Amino acid sequence: MLATFLGLELIRRVSPLLHTPLMSLTNAISAISVVGAILITGEKDASTLSRVLGFIAVTAATTNVVSGYLITDRMLKMFKKRDDKR
Amino acid sequence: MTTNVVQVAYIIAAALFILALKWMSAPTTARRGVIAGEIGMLLAVVGTVLRHEVVSYHWIVVGFLIGTIAGIPLAYLMPMTAVPQRTAISHAFGALAAALIGTAEYYKSTPHGFTMVALVIEILLGFLTFTGSLMAFGKLQEILPGRPLVYKFQNVVNLSIFSAAVLLGVYLIFHPEQTQIFPTFAGLALLFGVLLIIPIGGADMPTVIALLNSYAGLSASFMGFALNNYLLVIAGALDGSSGFILSVVMCRAMNRSFTNVLFGGFGQVQVKAHELQQRTVRSATPEEAASILEAARQVIVVPGYGMAVAHAQHKLRELFDLLTKRGVDVKFAIHPVAGRMPGHMNVLLAEADIPYDKLFEMDEINSEFAHTDVALVIGANDVTNPAARTDRSSPIYGMPILDVDKARTVMVIKRSLSPGFAGIDNPLYYMEKTLMLFGDAKAFLTDIVKELAVGARI
Repeated sequence: MLATFLGLELIRRVSPLLHTPLMSLTNAISAISVVGAILITGEKDASTLSRVLGFIAVTAATTNVVSGYLITDRMLKMFKKRDDKR
Repeated sequence: MTTNVVQVAYIIAAALFILALKWMSAPTTARRGVIAGEIGMLLAVVGTVLRHEVVSYHWIVVGFLIGTIAGIPLAYLMPMTAVPQRTAISHAFGALAAALIGTAEYYKSTPHGFTMVALVIEILLGFLTFTGSLMAFGKLQEILPGRPLVYKFQNVVNLSIFSAAVLLGVYLIFHPEQTQIFPTFAGLALLFGVLLIIPIGGADMPTVIALLNSYAGLSASFMGFALNNYLLVIAGALDGSSGFILSVVMCRAMNRSFTNVLFGGFGQVQVKAHELQQRTVRSATPEEAASILEAARQVIVVPGYGMAVAHAQHKLRELFDLLTKRGVDVKFAIHPVAGRMPGHMNVLLAEADIPYDKLFEMDEINSEFAHTDVALVIGANDVTNPAARTDRSSPIYGMPILDVDKARTVMVIKRSLSPGFAGIDNPLYYMEKTLMLFGDAKAFLTDIVKELAVGARI
């Protein structure tokens, strides 16, 4: 709840200029579900079903983490260059 | 001991995520934000792997490897024009992960009470976001038709499927041991995701993507409740609220409500083809366009989805350079819903090295059109449609638009006169002062640039 309010406050201040990178960043952050996936997959007596589902989840979430952060950075680099030029 | 370390790692990670979003508010600090996010994620993952419940590593490692191998090209090879698709597909991945974890958790422990409530919500949102995002991806990638697909009783069908899913979910909350019901529940959620997005047209994509972003985040957040992991709750809530805000911003920019976007199925309203056909348009050649631009003192460029499709942003940059060199003041006006996702145009123009202090939001620039010599519209349609201001019967009446019609001359680069994604005719094209530049945005800009470059040498 607290996080939601905090989130609302923070996002409201982001300029529309950065909405796309913002979205890909929050997307990467929400791939925090990788934590849940690790817990499910790594358990000692996990059933085959949890292992399989957990494994797919780890893969999907990691893809998001990696590509999410990298592409956000790639986009921001483009915005960044303007500063140097001015 | 390890438990404490993990707790501390989680707290720091959560704080870093919050800082990451805070730093995202300005372009100068935004990259710091990304780094904060990365460190936060690293801490969270390492912290989790260290937990003593986690003993079997090898599937985890394989998952990491595949995810990394898949993720790197996704980030680096993706052209910037395809960013909306990428975002949609990554929402699909995120939501799939959440839904599967929920499923695994359910079969493992069939929890009761509050945990089960959280789990059901997580799974419902996860699955519907998964298929919904896949559909959005399909539409953006043009594998599926971008026009809204509507049929009779659509809303009734959708609503009943959704209520069926919710009812089953509620039933599962009270009787978690009824595992045979679960697949039906998951199936209905998946089906609803498909049906929810099918009737939504291209013009509404920015809202829908933001909304799906929000759902994916909420799903992760509820996973946190289900697994009793507050880091997940916080990170998911941050994502959920950011997606929510963005979709509200998008809706406001189109003067429509959520329900309208989700159940409206735009596009079927304007079947009545009025007397439009007879009206004449004036068109111009690249040479004429170039000389008009050259003579102008202030030009405002209004980019839209057409620019993205034609990959015309780099040519636009050349035009920008040439005109600036001649002392023409060139500005860019960005409508909040231009393109296919929030901020789409900004990213493309940034990619082409156009300084971001030349990009203006709608409210900042609208008053300037009146003393602007030329408004150059590139592949934008509905966001410039004066009918939104004047014609009460128009489906987009009331939507805030860029007042390009107030400029002294309007030039519109467009492939044909056909109405845009929303299927609404644009009276702008028939105005006295409007010149239509028919052709592909990139090809046309190339011609204009060539023309100007020749002029420069003489």
